[in-house]
Amino acid sequence: MTPLFDLDLLLTGTYHDWLVAGLITSLSLTGISLALALPLAIIIALIRLSPVKVLQWSGFAFVEAIRNVPLLAHMLFWYFGAPELLPTALREWLYARNIEATSAIIALTLYTAAYMSEDVRSGIRSIPGQQFEAARALGFSFVASMRLVVLPQALRVTIPPLISQTLNLWKDTSIATVIGVAELMYQAAKVESATFRSFEALAVASACYLGMSLLITGAAGWYQGRFPVRTA
Amino acid sequence: MIQIEKVNKWYGSYHALVDVTESVAKGEVVVVCGPSGSGKSTLIRTLNRLEPIQSGRIVIDGVDAHGPRVKLNAFRSHIGFVFQQFNLFPHITVLENCTLAPTRLRGLKPSEARDEALALLDRVGLAAKARAYPGELSGGQQQRVAIARALAMRPPLMLFDEPTSALDPEMVGEVLLVMRDLARDGMTMVCVTHEMGFARDVADRVLFMDEGKVLERAAPGEFFARPEHPRLQQFLSDIRTPFPQAA
Repeated sequence: MTPLFDLDLLLTGTYHDWLVAGLITSLSLTGISLALALPLAIIIALIRLSPVKVLQWSGFAFVEAIRNVPLLAHMLFWYFGAPELLPTALREWLYARNIEATSAIIALTLYTAAYMSEDVRSGIRSIPGQQFEAARALGFSFVASMRLVVLPQALRVTIPPLISQTLNLWKDTSIATVIGVAELMYQAAKVESATFRSFEALAVASACYLGMSLLITGAAGWYQGRFPVRTA
Repeated sequence: MIQIEKVNKWYGSYHALVDVTESVAKGEVVVVCGPSGSGKSTLIRTLNRLEPIQSGRIVIDGVDAHGPRVKLNAFRSHIGFVFQQFNLFPHITVLENCTLAPTRLRGLKPSEARDEALALLDRVGLAAKARAYPGELSGGQQQRVAIARALAMRPPLMLFDEPTSALDPEMVGEVLLVMRDLARDGMTMVCVTHEMGFARDVADRVLFMDEGKVLERAAPGEFFARPEHPRLQQFLSDIRTPFPQAA
């Protein structure tokens, strides 16, 4: 008779390797999407704050269009929908590669960037306009003033909301399961159907999500201690 | 050094500067005074184009400040500007505030910029605070750092927009002394200020503005002893004796 709760099966061997591979895929999705989403979010925030009306509106349209559609729909769109619009040669080139992960990264990046851009924008708006003016008066360009003076201050203010967006991103990678990306939830389901050990498989997956989330939160705490918000 | 020719500026329908024509010679110290809303801050902010103008011309060192071909960033980097609210960058140290622009815009090596900045901080009496953050300084200290930060670009011209108006009274003196020393070293300066003692002792010329117009311009002796325009006479008597019974 098998024990009621048996983790041994998952701590070594094939099933263990499946789960670890899933974890690595989930971490990669998070890392790559975050690395792309954060710069994109800053660009969108700057576009929305630029003095040019057309840019403001296009930034606004992007954010509203992206964040008012569920992430699941984004995933399915980039996996099933968008490739239909591509020329055949390009589509076949994509299908020969990892189209699942690529679609997931595009969906996660755009979705996360839309949310993060709003946080970055309110962070920038919280920095007094005189800071920007003082930088311009010294002779810095618009971009240099933003990069050297406004953004470093704005990002420190923005860290708490950005952390919670990063936590969302980490957990949202699980939705990539629906388009067949072999991330943590996908692998947990695979182990479950191979072993009928539902509780253990899901417990391990949950522990991974929880543990990683706590690490992200801890890193944020370290960052805030190292680069505190300072006001004059 | 500065020629201002028939400058007009409107905020919407409000006529903030009315046909202002002035000039400032190299090495000259000009104080601009006048009641709130008279246009004196607006005027000084048009000089380095923090504010646009609608007509007229401002030429500084041969450069048409509001012309279409001016290289605005390079132009501004040759004009030191000191704000009422100091506007130091709070996320970096006092020293970094003074080295940021020289390293990025003058192309100095970090070690050169550091040495120059420390010399300037010493000049304003704050070398010991180089590693502090702006938030750890008093208002007077912050404003002295702001002057050092502006000087670090080695500008031939310094503009001061009410540099002591946001300070507690006991800190006004330390900032004015730094400005006086700067004037004695031959810096060309335009100062918007309510400090009449400073105007009397340091200025070569004092301008009086009201309702967007320069109503009077004179050497400080004349300006205070024999004011001509009735509005200036009233202004001077108001600031001298706010409590006539006590005087």
